[in-house]
Amino acid sequence: MSKPYLRPYQKPQKLSDYPLGTASEAGYLVTKNCGWRNERPIIMDECINCLQCYLYCPDGVIFKTKSGLDIDYDFCKGCGICEKICPKQAIKMEVE
Amino acid sequence: MTKAFLSGNEAFAEGVRLARPQVISIYPITPQTTVVERLSEMVENSSLKSELIHVESEHSALSCAIGASAMGARTFTATSSQGLLYMAECLHYASGGRFPIVMMNANRSTALPWNIYGDQRDSLSQLDCGWIQVYVEDAQESLDMALQGYHIAESPLVSTPVMVNLDGFVLTHTYETVEIPNQTDADRFLPPFQTKNKMSLDNPKNLAFSVGPDNNMEFKYLQHKAMLDSKRIIEETDKKFAEIFGRGYGGLTQGYRLEDADYILITLGSITGLCREVVDELRQNGEMVGLLKIRFLRPFPDEDLAAALGSVKAIGVLEKDISFGYEGTVYTNVNSVIAKNGLRLETYNFIAGLGGRDISRENIRAMFRHLQTGGQHVNFIGLGVSIDE
Ligand code: SF4
Ligand code: SF4
Repeated sequence: MSKPYLRPYQKPQKLSDYPLGTASEAGYLVTKNCGWRNERPIIMDECINCLQCYLYCPDGVIFKTKSGLDIDYDFCKGCGICEKICPKQAIKMEVE
Repeated sequence: MTKAFLSGNEAFAEGVRLARPQVISIYPITPQTTVVERLSEMVENSSLKSELIHVESEHSALSCAIGASAMGARTFTATSSQGLLYMAECLHYASGGRFPIVMMNANRSTALPWNIYGDQRDSLSQLDCGWIQVYVEDAQESLDMALQGYHIAESPLVSTPVMVNLDGFVLTHTYETVEIPNQTDADRFLPPFQTKNKMSLDNPKNLAFSVGPDNNMEFKYLQHKAMLDSKRIIEETDKKFAEIFGRGYGGLTQGYRLEDADYILITLGSITGLCREVVDELRQNGEMVGLLKIRFLRPFPDEDLAAALGSVKAIGVLEKDISFGYEGTVYTNVNSVIAKNGLRLETYNFIAGLGGRDISRENIRAMFRHLQTGGQHVNFIGLGVSIDE
């Protein structure tokens, strides 16, 4: 599944640059949402690829790669659910 | 043009028919029900070609109208009292999404105690939801404002929903002779709705995106600006209406015998007719009294009020509303115009007609006496018991 990605975005300079309504192409992301995170999850070598963290992440920011898993830190809020759910303690939370 | 003997609700339904909305979402509530009953009959007998959607609540009725409007359809819905309050969340979605929906609201008291009769506390409690609010006086104005409502709402400069308020029962259910324009003239007045703010199968979109603190305030400023710009569009719409149909309402406010008036009563909605008669009676006795009907409460007619009240001694604001713990909301709004313009006059508030209490001719005479003698600022009119406990 392809996930939405961050697009380049120019902040409007004039009022007339703003759209009239609030409808747009689906999944059109122009801003990150991770400013409130104070700990970031790190996936370590103990990972057995059971995908529990992938399933439980409330923001859907853990994604599959060819070799295993990775985390989209632009949208990870640092809740630590992935750390709690991991059966192998393969995720550690690191202070930002 | 034909003439018919219609209730306020029935007249409004005729206005909606002439506006040819493509989608009508309905959920009945007293005293609004007969307007949607009439519309469903019109759809049934094919005098109105529209998608009539019977929904399960007022929240759904307005949500449905928002969805239809987002596809570029002209849409209509109607409500009253608790129904309007149940829609409260969607009211902001409609105005923020800039969907030019027209909605009729039958002004009715709010619970508790439960009551189905008229007062204006339902719509006045929703003054800040970003809708244009107009209050009509009689059945003819009801029909006419259904048509004018779309003309104002759909103006590209405005793109803001319009709520047309009819006093419950005293206007929604009383009968008058009403002129029904013909469809050709109505079409000449109100061309089909066109907008760029819409989705289509070729151009699918997500509805209602999020905007964070870095841009959100600009969207709110734009809503405010559109509402201010709508003042001009409201005046122009009324002029165009008068050119085609031979009657107009004067835009944001309508004055009566304001010339040389020292004491002015400010009114809203259907009580205006009786107040006008009392003004005539008092003028015959040589009293310098006049009347100013506020038609639009949002946008607020501050320039009109400042101009009309420049050389007046005292004004009274008569409203079927109380903001508990302070005063009537219309009174607060009027006083802010007076303060901003440095006008020197006394102002009084007459809270009347709550829960459908009658406002009598003698009550109105007493209000004018109060303006002349002075006294308490905020007054409850027609309380059945003494409050000097
Ligand atoms: S910390 Fe929370 S948001 Fe971030 S990856 Fe883990 S579960 Fe997802
Ligand atoms: S839950 Fe732990 S072991 Fe399972 S995939 Fe996630 S990090 Fe790897």
